[in-house]
Amino acid sequence: MSVQRPMRTPMEIEEQVDGDLGAKRMVVNFGPQHPATHGTLRSIIEIEGEIVTGMDLEIGYLHTGFEKLAESMTWNQSVTISDRMNYLSPICNNIGLTCAVEHMMGLQVTPRCAAIRVIMYELGRIADHILGVGLQAMDLGAFSLMLWSFVEREKLYDIFENVTGARLTTSYTRVGGLLRDVPDDFEDQVRAFLKTGYKTVQEMEGMLNNNRIFIDRTKGVNVISKADAISWGLTGPLLRACGVPYDIRKAAPYLGYENYKFDVAVEEGGDVWGRYRVRVKEMYEAMSIIDQALKAMPKGPVNVGDPEVSIPSKDAKNKPSGGMEGLIYHFKNYMYGAGHGVQPGAGEVYHATECPNGELGWYLISDGSQKAYRWRVRPPSFYNYAAFPEMCLGESISDVVSGLSSLNIIAGELDR
Amino acid sequence: MENAGATSPPGALQDLALATVMQQFPDEVIGHGEHAGQKWVEVKRERILEILRTLRDTHSFEMLMDLTAVDWLNKGMPERFSVVYILYSVSNNAFFRVRAWVPEDDPQIPTASSLWKSANWGEREVWDMFGIRFEGHPDLRRLLMPDYYTGHPLQKDYPVKGRGERSNFRKIERGGS
Repeated sequence: MSVQRPMRTPMEIEEQVDGDLGAKRMVVNFGPQHPATHGTLRSIIEIEGEIVTGMDLEIGYLHTGFEKLAESMTWNQSVTISDRMNYLSPICNNIGLTCAVEHMMGLQVTPRCAAIRVIMYELGRIADHILGVGLQAMDLGAFSLMLWSFVEREKLYDIFENVTGARLTTSYTRVGGLLRDVPDDFEDQVRAFLKTGYKTVQEMEGMLNNNRIFIDRTKGVNVISKADAISWGLTGPLLRACGVPYDIRKAAPYLGYENYKFDVAVEEGGDVWGRYRVRVKEMYEAMSIIDQALKAMPKGPVNVGDPEVSIPSKDAKNKPSGGMEGLIYHFKNYMYGAGHGVQPGAGEVYHATECPNGELGWYLISDGSQKAYRWRVRPPSFYNYAAFPEMCLGESISDVVSGLSSLNIIAGELDR
Repeated sequence: MENAGATSPPGALQDLALATVMQQFPDEVIGHGEHAGQKWVEVKRERILEILRTLRDTHSFEMLMDLTAVDWLNKGMPERFSVVYILYSVSNNAFFRVRAWVPEDDPQIPTASSLWKSANWGEREVWDMFGIRFEGHPDLRRLLMPDYYTGHPLQKDYPVKGRGERSNFRKIERGGS
């Protein structure tokens, strides 16, 4: 990018305008309640004519104190706040958190649990990307695509509801396993979605790939160079659109991702178009992964056998197996206080999973008790949004809208 | 089938990075540790910038994946705060952590925003949440909390509920009776 000007604080921008009223330069307040921000984000944009000459970002409107809150919760309780951070693919956050805790404990999940988690993770990825592309198209004027994507997302949310009991606040995972096994009609439901979902993605591509308006407003827009993208810590579709093939599912496989055949979607250019192409390709790859996982779905339990981690299974009369001892373990697992619940032992770990928007990392520290000592989330949206002013400088103000929708910022995760 | 996240990225570069810091900055190193296959080094804060630059340049840690802090109040640690740098090398596919100790009575540390652009927001958040100042930071404003907020919520002596929730926000009184 040729324009290199230091960022100014809102105060400094306002001062300049006050002293120079009537000139071409003006300040536009974009958000936090603008419909095109898709979340409570605020950008203070300084423009000259139509060209963006300065930008300051303000976040924190959705700050909820999750990291502080999690320090007073047990590891399994904090699963419930992990999904509230992300309202497009909550299931991915559940899985990311429990994988991190299991990594810290050195715990192996069962093969069936890993396969179910992979399927749910990839369904979450499709739900996120399909709406991301739909909203991107809507921001550029193609409203029908958003409606098409919502139809498919609705089917996905029906699957989540069937499996987890909730559409959005899934809280499906537990340390060492899952809330419960999937229902009997799960495979049919997912297969039915794959058929219609595949067709919808193809139709969306057909609407956009040769669409003159869409191409003009995305190709070469909001470009960020490879070196800058790495320095800003961009991950996910944004980084892969710059030609860096970094995908944690390949770089550090978790949940047995090395057993599935899929390609890492990479595009050159680092522009909005590249991000759109990466998202579409990833949806096809995700469908392929789901298909492979369904075919090779192992049988067996979904929870690890260790009664100190997972509660004992229950019989038809809702009695824990293992008699009196099973009941004690059940009690110990659910009690709140010193010496109860899952206790991972002292240690710390940074574990990342490839969530739809990039690297979702958890830096966890345990002091050996049942609660987290430090529960730090590395949200992809946080670092992706920090780089936004640099992408926009020197471009027109209408490209700000195009660029912002291509970032797919999740405000809940941005502010935590 | 592989376990959920049992495989850390290849560990060889972690050892090299650790050895580099121990050799080139022997007086700075306070200790090092390992858990679940991940290694980190603990250093003093004064020459943190040189240590990070050396790691970035000799072992190509091009990415500062995350920058955060931990409050070790009453845990018997060398100092109260530690600032944690999570480094990632794209070309070698490896992670490494650097932990710099920051004392309670003088909570500041040089900024890393000249090395990685991602440090900018990371450091602003740490200042906001922990009250650790970053010397030389170009724009050290609060990030998540409002500008007029007092207190740093992620410090361990800041209660989860009670203090600072309502009292810190301006109150608008209704006129008349």
